[in-house]
Amino acid sequence: MSLWEYANPVKFIRTTDKVLPWIWTLTVLCLVTGLIWGFFFTPNDFRQGSTVKIIYIHVPSALMAINAWLMMLVASLIWIVRRHHVSALAARAAAPVGAVMTMIALATGAFWGQPMWGTWWAWDPRLTSFLILFLFYLGYMALWEAIENDDTAADLTSILCLVGSVFAVLSRYAVNFWNQGLHQGATLSLDKEENISDVFWFPLLVCIAGFVLLFIALVFLRTQTEIRARRTRALLAREGQA
Amino acid sequence: MRALLLRDLRLAIRAGGGFGLGLAFFLIVTVLVPFGVGPQTELLSRIAPGILWIGALLACLLSLDRILALDWEDGSLDLLATAPLPMEGIVTVKAFAHWITTGLPLVLAAPVLGVLLSLPIPAYQWVVISLAVGTPALSVIGTFGAALTVGIKRGGLLMSLLVLPLYVPTLIFGAEVARRGAEGLTVQTPLLLLAGISFGVIALLPFASAAVLRINLR
Repeated sequence: MSLWEYANPVKFIRTTDKVLPWIWTLTVLCLVTGLIWGFFFTPNDFRQGSTVKIIYIHVPSALMAINAWLMMLVASLIWIVRRHHVSALAARAAAPVGAVMTMIALATGAFWGQPMWGTWWAWDPRLTSFLILFLFYLGYMALWEAIENDDTAADLTSILCLVGSVFAVLSRYAVNFWNQGLHQGATLSLDKEENISDVFWFPLLVCIAGFVLLFIALVFLRTQTEIRARRTRALLAREGQA
Repeated sequence: MRALLLRDLRLAIRAGGGFGLGLAFFLIVTVLVPFGVGPQTELLSRIAPGILWIGALLACLLSLDRILALDWEDGSLDLLATAPLPMEGIVTVKAFAHWITTGLPLVLAAPVLGVLLSLPIPAYQWVVISLAVGTPALSVIGTFGAALTVGIKRGGLLMSLLVLPLYVPTLIFGAEVARRGAEGLTVQTPLLLLAGISFGVIALLPFASAAVLRINLR
């Protein structure tokens, strides 16, 4: 019994079908608890007022925006090395989810920045690198759409993902160099003295868990859809020949 | 390799459109900017280094599809692929030829266009140096984009979408060198980083471009 058995599409669909209801239940549970706890049962920040509550959507979505790309990177590597189709399809399935997460992070950031910094947008390193990340997602999805042959598309996009990752990291440091930021530094690191206060921290943790689960559920669902769509296409093609 | 380089250069010069078009585009972009932002000298000289860099970048981008698309269409790319030369070598030579026909003229034309934008005097040498160091990276990255989209009909727009985000670090450091040069600040750090990007990209990216091209030729 090895992990690679799940690379079999039938096995993948059967397992995820069994797991998905549980993941959905947990997702809804976490998000509802986390958001209600965060929105109604935490005090207002003494300087930021109630806008601090944007954090419960902003931080988890930003976290998932980056992790979705990391997941695509790993899936692309698996596709290149071991050529499991499920892996390529999972990378494809994750891209739109990641793009939406990036957009949510940017939008909530704008809503938060307007009252706090007095501006919707600033060319701050973090904001800028997220915008660039969003462009990378767009290019990646556009390349998937543009190529007709499935295997070629999977190969090309996975290489784009690898090269893009290197350049995304480069851009991150380049924009750091280019402009100083308004955005605060990390407040959630495990080893720092000045972390966010526990009152905000625990509901935030629940929200992050909810977003992670939501991402997993969506990726599983979208991968299943992709597998089924490909099967349908294969069946139709066979019928056309007969 | 030398034969391929000479062939590409000859094609670019004789087929027309390769050499001149990029330059003409660079010229027209720099001419359009004052119409857009107004003719005040102090404003123009402030933004001149950035405009020159963006103009060069766009001119580079426009000529990218000529690197591989023509050879793809008439089938000579398939012949090249069966040649004893490794694919990495072909891609590198192609990028180099693109740099000679597009990047180098842009570097040489930049100071002339700087006059139009009333570029500050100390900035001239830094604009030229930063472009000379940075444009090879643009050519090599562009070759990767061209290799990715070579099999797609009307892939030009898609290629821009793929290549432009990859240009970000080069543009940031290149424009930073030019800007600091214009303000008389020290340019060593961004210049070294720009050179680092250029060398790193030249050393590594041809492998990715070659892999992509092999997939497309499959």
